[in-house]
Amino acid sequence: MGDTQRPAKKTAKSRPKPASANEPEFVQLLTPEGQRVQHPDYDITLTDDEYRGLYRDLVITRELDAQGTALQRQGQLGLWPSLLGQEAAQVGSGRALKPQDTVFPAYRELGVQWCRGIDLISSFALFRGTDLGGRDVAADRFNMYAIVIASQTLHAAGYAMGVAMDGAVGNDDGEAVVVYHGDGATSEGDFNEALIWAGVFNSPLVLFCQNNQYAISETNARQFRLPPYRRAEGFGVPGILVDGNDVLATYAVTQAALDRARRGEGPSLVEAYTYRMQPHTTSDDATRYRDEAELDFWRAKDPIVRYRKWLSAEGLADESYFAAVDTEAGEQVRALRARVMALTDPEVTEMFDNVYAEMPPGIAAQRAEAVEFQASLEEGSDVR
Amino acid sequence: MTTMSMIKALNEGLRRVLEDQPKSLVMGEDVGRLGGVFRVTDGLQKDFGSDRIIDTPLAESGIIGTAIGLALRGYRPICEIQFDGFVYPAFDQLVSQLAKIPNRSGGRVRLPVVVRIPYGGGIGAIEHHSESPEAYFAHTAGLKVVTCSNPNDAYWMIQQAAAGDDPVIFFEPKRRYHSKDDVDTESAGLDLYRARTLREGRTATLIAYGPTVDVAVNAAAAAAEEGTDLEVIDLRSLSPIDWEPLFASVRKTGRAVVVHEAPGNIGVGAEVAARLSEECFYSLESPVLRVTGYDVPYPASRLEDDYLPNLDRVLDAVDRSLEY
Ligand SMILES: Cc1ncc(C[n+]2csc(CCOP(=O)(O)OP(=O)(O)O)c2C)c(N)n1
Ligand SMILES: [Mg+2]
Repeated sequence: MGDTQRPAKKTAKSRPKPASANEPEFVQLLTPEGQRVQHPDYDITLTDDEYRGLYRDLVITRELDAQGTALQRQGQLGLWPSLLGQEAAQVGSGRALKPQDTVFPAYRELGVQWCRGIDLISSFALFRGTDLGGRDVAADRFNMYAIVIASQTLHAAGYAMGVAMDGAVGNDDGEAVVVYHGDGATSEGDFNEALIWAGVFNSPLVLFCQNNQYAISETNARQFRLPPYRRAEGFGVPGILVDGNDVLATYAVTQAALDRARRGEGPSLVEAYTYRMQPHTTSDDATRYRDEAELDFWRAKDPIVRYRKWLSAEGLADESYFAAVDTEAGEQVRALRARVMALTDPEVTEMFDNVYAEMPPGIAAQRAEAVEFQASLEEGSDVR
Repeated sequence: MTTMSMIKALNEGLRRVLEDQPKSLVMGEDVGRLGGVFRVTDGLQKDFGSDRIIDTPLAESGIIGTAIGLALRGYRPICEIQFDGFVYPAFDQLVSQLAKIPNRSGGRVRLPVVVRIPYGGGIGAIEHHSESPEAYFAHTAGLKVVTCSNPNDAYWMIQQAAAGDDPVIFFEPKRRYHSKDDVDTESAGLDLYRARTLREGRTATLIAYGPTVDVAVNAAAAAAEEGTDLEVIDLRSLSPIDWEPLFASVRKTGRAVVVHEAPGNIGVGAEVAARLSEECFYSLESPVLRVTGYDVPYPASRLEDDYLPNLDRVLDAVDRSLEY
C-alpha cells in the first residue's frame, strides 16, 4: 500500500477551493453515482480483500450505530449520538491508521473505534451510564471519548509533541497522532490553540474535522466565514478538503497526512465534508431546524450506496458477498446487544476508588459512609 | 395565577424582559432557531428577531467575553451556558473580567450581564451534564449568584436578575425544569436576594436551594408524619446570602442541616455552617450538619442516586442532629 501514497504537500494554487457551500471542490475518488475518478494529487491502490474490507467496515459500523439508536429508544441507553452518514469519513480515516498511531476521538467515533479493533463496549457503557467510558487508553492507542467540545484537540497536540520529543518520528515507521473533532469545535479557543501548538512545534498531528454541517442546530454559517481547512493555513498548518462520504478519498487523504506527520514533516488538517443524517443525539429534534429536502440531497450522496455500486461494477464483490456482510453485521449487532444489556449497575464504591492515586483519608471515610448507608437501607432497618 | 412548568415560567419571564427592556439580548448556543436544548428560549427568536436572540458560535469564553463587550456598549445580555459542565471554558471571562471590570473602573462601568446555567443532576445524563459549580462563582467577589427552585421564583427571579446592574450567575435546577406550579404574574412578592421560609417548624432548620429544596420539603413532610416539625428555608441567593432569616430560624430551632448537590468540601454549606456557628453559637444545640454530594467527580448516571442527597440522607442527618 505504501508505494501508492503521495505526499500531502501542495502549493496554494493546486489546493481546491469550495465553489459554493453545497458543492465544495474537494478531493473525490468516487462520485455519488459510484464512478471512480482521478485526482492529480491523491490516489489509492488496495488489494481486493482490502477493498472488500472497507465495505464490511462501512456496513458493520452503520449497523452497530443503528443498534445504539435502537437501544436508546428501548431505554437501554441514556443517550446515543448517531454517526449515520459519516461512515466513510470514519472508516476511510480509521483504516488509514497504522498500528503505532494514536487516536483522540470526540464522542461520535464508533466507526474509528471499530477500525482500530477496540472493544466497543466502553462507548455503550458510557452512554448507558454504567461507567464513565474508561479503558486502557495506552494499550488501545485510542483515548477516551471527549464530551467537552474541542478539549481533546489540545491533549492530542501535547501527545504529538511528546511523540516528537521521543524521537518517534522521521521515517515511514514513525508514529502519527490523529484527533477527531467537529465543525462546531473549530469555534472553541482550545481548537485554535491546538493549531498554534501543532504548528509552532511542528508536531506529528492530523486534525481530522468531520464537518457534518451541524453543531446541534447551528450550521457552519454560525461557526466560520472561511472553512476549517483554509483557516488551518493561517496557522501554518496545511489543510485539505475531502469528500467525507467517499471512503477511498478519505482513506487516501488521511494516509497522506498521517505519513507526512510520521516522517516528521509536521501537522495538517483534513476537513471531511459530510453530513449528520440523524438528529444531534437521540435527545434532539432536528425537524425544528432542517427540512426533508436537505436530507434528500444528502441521501443521494450516501457513502455505502456509492461504494457498493463501484465494488459490483469492478467485479470486486457480488451479491453473495454483500449478503455475507449483512449476516455478519447482524451477528455483531446481536452479540453487542447482549453484552450491553448485561452491563449492570456499578458498586457505589466505584465513584470513590479512582479519583486519586493516593486516596485522601476524608474520601476513604466518605466511601465507608456511603457503603454503610447503602447497607442500612438494604437491611430495611429503616422504614423510610 | 396560572400554572406553568419552570421552563415555561423562565420563557415567559424572559419575554417580559425582552418586551420591557429594548437593550436586552439573549445569546448562547442553540438558543435561537432551536429554542435552546431545554426549550427555555422557545419561540423568542421568532418574536424578537435574530438580532436580539442570538445563536452564537460554539465558544463559551466567546459568549461571556462578547457579552461583556456588548454591555460596555450599553446592551444587557442574558447569556445561556448550555450545561453546567461547559461553563469552564468561560472561567477567565467570568471570574477575572465580568466580576472585576466594574470594580477596576472605579464604579464607572456597570456590567448588567445575566448568565443562565442549567445545573445539577438527577436526569440520567452523561458526564459534564450534572454538575453543581455554584461555589466557584459564589466565591468570586463581583458576581451575584442566585438559583430558583420553583416556577414562580423562576418567572420573577430571571426578571429581577435582568433588571439589576450587577452581573448575576443564574442557576436553573434542570431536574425541576418540568415541575409545574402556580405562577403569580401580577406581583413579585420577594426581592431577588431574599431567602424564603417555606415551612415553619421548631425542631430543626433545613436549609436548601435549587434542586434540593424539593428534597428538603419532602423530608420535612416525612418527618412531620413522625412528629418532628422541621423548618425549611430556600436560600434562593447564594451570593449574597440573606442571613437574617437563617439566624432567626436557628436561634429558634437550635439545629440546622444544609442540603446541596455540590460536593461538601469548601462549598456553600461550609459557609452557612461557619456563619451560623459565628452568629448563633449560644443557640445551637448541635453542630450544623451538611448533606451534600460526595467529594468526588459526579459519577456515572447509574450511581447518581447514591451520590445525590435524598430524603433518607436528609432524615438521617436530622436524626443525628437531634441525637447529638
Ligand atoms: C464546551 C462544550 N460546550 C457545549 C457543549 C454542548 N454540545 C455538545 S455537542 C455540541 C455540538 C458539537 O458540534 P460539532 O463540533 O460540529 O460536533 P458534532 O456533534 O456535529 O459531531 C454542543 C454544543 C459541549 N459538549 N462542550
Ligand atoms: Mg458537526
